[in-house]
Amino acid sequence: MHIQKILFVFSLTFIVFKVNSQSVDLFAEKYNGQSSNIITATFKSTRVVNGQSIENVGTGIMDFRISHRFGAISQGSYNLFGLDQATMRIGLDYGITNRLMIGVGRSTYEKQYDGFLKYKIIQQQDGERYIPFGISYVASSIYKTLKDLSTSYVPYASDRFSFAHQILIASKINDFVSVQLTPTLVHYNLVENNTIPNDFKSIGISSRIRLSKRVNVTSEYFHRIDKLAGYYNPLSLGIDIETGGHVFQLHVSNSNGMTERTFINETTGSWAKGDLCFGFNITRAFTIKKPKELRGIKW
Amino acid sequence: MKTMFKILASVIFIGFATQINAQKVFSTKSGQLLFNASGGIETIAAVNNQVDSKLASATGQFVIAALVKGFKFENQLMEDHFNENYMESTKFPSSDFKGYITNIKDIDFSKDGTYTANFDGNLTIHGVVQKVTTKGQIKVKQGKPTISGEFSIKLKDYGISGSYIGDKIAGVVTIRVNCTYQN
Repeated sequence: MHIQKILFVFSLTFIVFKVNSQSVDLFAEKYNGQSSNIITATFKSTRVVNGQSIENVGTGIMDFRISHRFGAISQGSYNLFGLDQATMRIGLDYGITNRLMIGVGRSTYEKQYDGFLKYKIIQQQDGERYIPFGISYVASSIYKTLKDLSTSYVPYASDRFSFAHQILIASKINDFVSVQLTPTLVHYNLVENNTIPNDFKSIGISSRIRLSKRVNVTSEYFHRIDKLAGYYNPLSLGIDIETGGHVFQLHVSNSNGMTERTFINETTGSWAKGDLCFGFNITRAFTIKKPKELRGIKW
Repeated sequence: MKTMFKILASVIFIGFATQINAQKVFSTKSGQLLFNASGGIETIAAVNNQVDSKLASATGQFVIAALVKGFKFENQLMEDHFNENYMESTKFPSSDFKGYITNIKDIDFSKDGTYTANFDGNLTIHGVVQKVTTKGQIKVKQGKPTISGEFSIKLKDYGISGSYIGDKIAGVVTIRVNCTYQN
């Protein structure tokens, strides 16, 4: 009993002490103590060049994306250094949540339609909860609508599909350098003959180096583990330029495909032979759904 | 012994109670800060609903602190530009105002009502400290004060630069504060 009383008195003195110290100086106190901080803007855009980057479009944002790839510069002036042979893709991407985005597109190459979804599994963080890299998963399917020349075999609709699964492992090392590894599996529902496998593994390595506030240099290389004969590994070098609501991506590449299957496995050009193609992506973001925090605010 | 204890306890109790009355600290971790930097047709505005703020009723000491990354924009791209190009939030992660309500004696936190408060202190944005004097409103309801106010700042005073400022982005930005405190 006696001990309890003493304890009680002691605890009261403690409370008094606490209240006193709290009211001494608010300026000296710590604010915004938070356990972790999610790293943003690892890449400038949702694509590095052709391939997916770990970036998603924001919730409720629609990203309109136009991509152009020209023919090889080495073709000379007859084709105006490749400019006569443009292939293009128009696409719409949309952010459903801050982790999930979807997109659809149409490329002139093989008259492909494509759709994908990308999900952020782990987000890079610093602070108390330190995660040095982020992981996303991308699944995409490509539907080729170009009419086949072959008459001996009438393909099923399913034969026109190919798929790609990618794990994106990316790290923003500092404000200036980001890198990404992209293990990829491409599956063809139909291949030309039974000596060719349906599944192709490859690994991509991408980077972004920031030169100034608005200019970034990107690179993207895919190393094919399983190879289709007669094709090359794609290597692309690009510049990302931001201007307000747009991002311009200009690049040279030995590939002029824009869907996973096409640029990873079916790159026809070779850097060694100088088959370089010029290309660009332009994106414009539109707000479809305002974040709920910003609704109903009048200025 | 028993009476001794009672006296002691009551003395401490009284001390405790008066301390609280005299130097009450109101605080919140969910204050709201908004700003509007729209220069042209495009709306450039953002909100942060996780603002840390404290107010000492006796001294008038007032602090409001916000993480730059906590500002939400309509457009993700704008948010990235805001953090990377303008506010450089990895270098300067937070912004704060530390100052005094100079007429704190006029505000009775125990009585419901609306009071005008004069704020005077230092505003730190983008690592640059500037003196700010502004008026705001304190509304007391059931012992809980709410501070609201609006003031504007010039971006160039805080070393925030970029070719769009003065064009798409307004050179003078309006900031709105809205904090309801717990007692």
